[in-house]
Amino acid sequence: MKDFGYTVIKQRTIDYDQFDGRLLSDVLRMEPSFKTCLSCGGCTATCSANDLVSFNIRRINLSLRRGETYELESEIQKCMLCGKCMLVCPRGINIRNVIMLIKKSILKYKSVQL
Amino acid sequence: METTSFIWPFTIGLLFITSFLVVIISIWITSLSRIDKSRIVHSIFTRKSLMAIGEVFMESLLHRKIFRKNRMLGYMHMSLAFGWFLLIIVGHIEAWNYYHSFSVPAYKAIFFPYFVPASASTNSGKVLAASMDIILLFILSGVLLAYYKRLNSKLFGMKKTTKLKAGDRIALSSLWLIFPLRFLAESVSAGIHHNGSFLSQPCGQIFASLIPLQSIEAPVWWAYSCSLGLFFMALPVSRYMHIPVEVVLIFLRNYGIRVKKRIGGFSRIQVYSCSRCGICLDSCQMTHAAIKDTQSVYVLKHIRNRNLTDEKLFNCLLCGRCQPDCPVGLELNNLRITQRIESTKEYNSSYEYLKNGKVAISPQTEVIYFAGCMTHLTPSIIKSMKEIFKVANVKYWFMDEDKTACCGRPLMQVGQYGAAGKLIDHNLERILASGAKKLVVSCPICYKVFNEDYSMSGIRVQHHSEYLLELMAENRLPVNKMPLKVIYHDPCELGRGSGIYHQPRLLLDEYVELISVKNEKESAFCCGGSLANIKIHMNERNQIRDKAMDEYLSYQPEMLATACPLCKKTFAKSNNLPVHDIAEIVYMAIHKNKIMNPEEQKFMEKSKIGL
Repeated sequence: MKDFGYTVIKQRTIDYDQFDGRLLSDVLRMEPSFKTCLSCGGCTATCSANDLVSFNIRRINLSLRRGETYELESEIQKCMLCGKCMLVCPRGINIRNVIMLIKKSILKYKSVQL
Repeated sequence: METTSFIWPFTIGLLFITSFLVVIISIWITSLSRIDKSRIVHSIFTRKSLMAIGEVFMESLLHRKIFRKNRMLGYMHMSLAFGWFLLIIVGHIEAWNYYHSFSVPAYKAIFFPYFVPASASTNSGKVLAASMDIILLFILSGVLLAYYKRLNSKLFGMKKTTKLKAGDRIALSSLWLIFPLRFLAESVSAGIHHNGSFLSQPCGQIFASLIPLQSIEAPVWWAYSCSLGLFFMALPVSRYMHIPVEVVLIFLRNYGIRVKKRIGGFSRIQVYSCSRCGICLDSCQMTHAAIKDTQSVYVLKHIRNRNLTDEKLFNCLLCGRCQPDCPVGLELNNLRITQRIESTKEYNSSYEYLKNGKVAISPQTEVIYFAGCMTHLTPSIIKSMKEIFKVANVKYWFMDEDKTACCGRPLMQVGQYGAAGKLIDHNLERILASGAKKLVVSCPICYKVFNEDYSMSGIRVQHHSEYLLELMAENRLPVNKMPLKVIYHDPCELGRGSGIYHQPRLLLDEYVELISVKNEKESAFCCGGSLANIKIHMNERNQIRDKAMDEYLSYQPEMLATACPLCKKTFAKSNNLPVHDIAEIVYMAIHKNKIMNPEEQKFMEKSKIGL
């Protein structure tokens, strides 16, 4: 198709009838401390990966709660697991475990769908 | 040749266990890598085999390492293992001596007093019969201690023991029965045929005066044979598999075979060599946070039973405190990491964004300073290092001053070796481009990975404790002894992980009064902050930290020194005891007579320097 320079705005509505909450419930069950996140942004401010590329743990939290598994899958790959976020978190959330759980669960539900 | 039916439980058991061991050990050996197989071929007829035999004698029979831990525990193990070994050997010599032949079937030697119903006529026969009684007495003393250990394990220096499963219970019960039954059977036979020695003969006489022995002779020998047979049959499903497998392990270890990054024959051998003695439970700090089911012994058990969960596998600080205590010398940390690699191998990241070139180009330099992610959370260490470089007049490149990838070690600790490899390649390219000769690292976590997993020939990796010591030796640092009582906390990755115990101590000795504590060097505590554990909660980490801190406080130090930013950060939150990195202590010495800004003044006052 010829490119006229126009873009189509992506559909951003979340249809809760289509909502896939398995990932969210898995992560929150295995790491309940993530429920206490204040979205203060301390983790993002200190993040080593965020120095090099746009990477935001609060964004991860949001995508997880919205069920945006596709976005989450590419986003979660950026974490280097250095652990700084865990030390600055005022709630003592085990963020590294959250990252690993999301990675593992995405893979688990992907293989189930296939 | 005369035979009798009671030999069958023993003979069947022996045939079963022999064939089982031959099959399973062959499977493990064949699944070794080609390099490891050639290691065996090239070492088998060398001194290494003799050394292995020596080690088997010292460890599998005499249990030297357990003796070091506790004498009672050592004696119990030695009497059972070495005693049983002697009983078999001397029993065979006795049979060979009697039949004047080496081709005596095993059951003839094992049930010798039954098959030879007459007292020894020759002197050698008498000596052998007496030796057999001495050995039996030796073993029985061990069995009695084993009974008592179930009631009171504290006497044996063990606070905790492992939970047993069904197979273990069957094997344990039969093992406990074997020797008392042997004693009973020998005594009964001695009571009838007068073929015993100083122990079995009088006991036989006493039994004979109580009950008619003719009717119970066959049943007691049956019971003895059944207990042996049952023990052999239960061996493959019990922890006692460690008895034969440990011998194989010792040989392979002497041939230079180590646990690899993937599950293979040698890691299986290590898993089966675990005796589940539970000595690792006592040294594990996870118990300080009431976590009691994730210790090495349980993880190895779950690996063997193929029911290991991520919750248990990843709930370990990998501090390595259990490793020096293991009487079998298992590579407990490596075994766990191998499992972690297996568990997470399907979702390693590729870090494509590192290729976008957002990082600074490496300048040409002699010395690189890499602070590490954790050090960026303790800016006073970076500040101190910068000052030290200035004072010592060193030109350096601060590699991770901003925008640098992680060293890769935190990923490796959770098993993500594939992902870590990408970070290593990226950092390596930058380091090599600088043409540096020396890489100074402030974080022991980074130090370990730079030292072991980065292939940088010609570049010397130094932790800043080594580097500062070197600068001091060259008289490039001011030395200024401060009247402070200081405890040095060994970071896990620097101490047990990299074997650096002395350099930080030598350095600190010049600046402060170092006091030694009970748990230091190899048995040093973990601060609880370890990145290797991704399952532990913050409050559990705090419990582990507080317990370690309590011990340190009992020595009434004025400062806690460490060489790791993560340890510093963890302990600093604990109480009012000042915690400083060795770089900061050197900084304090440099600045003793210098006027500082108010912030620094506060920092110094908190450290009780009293300027």
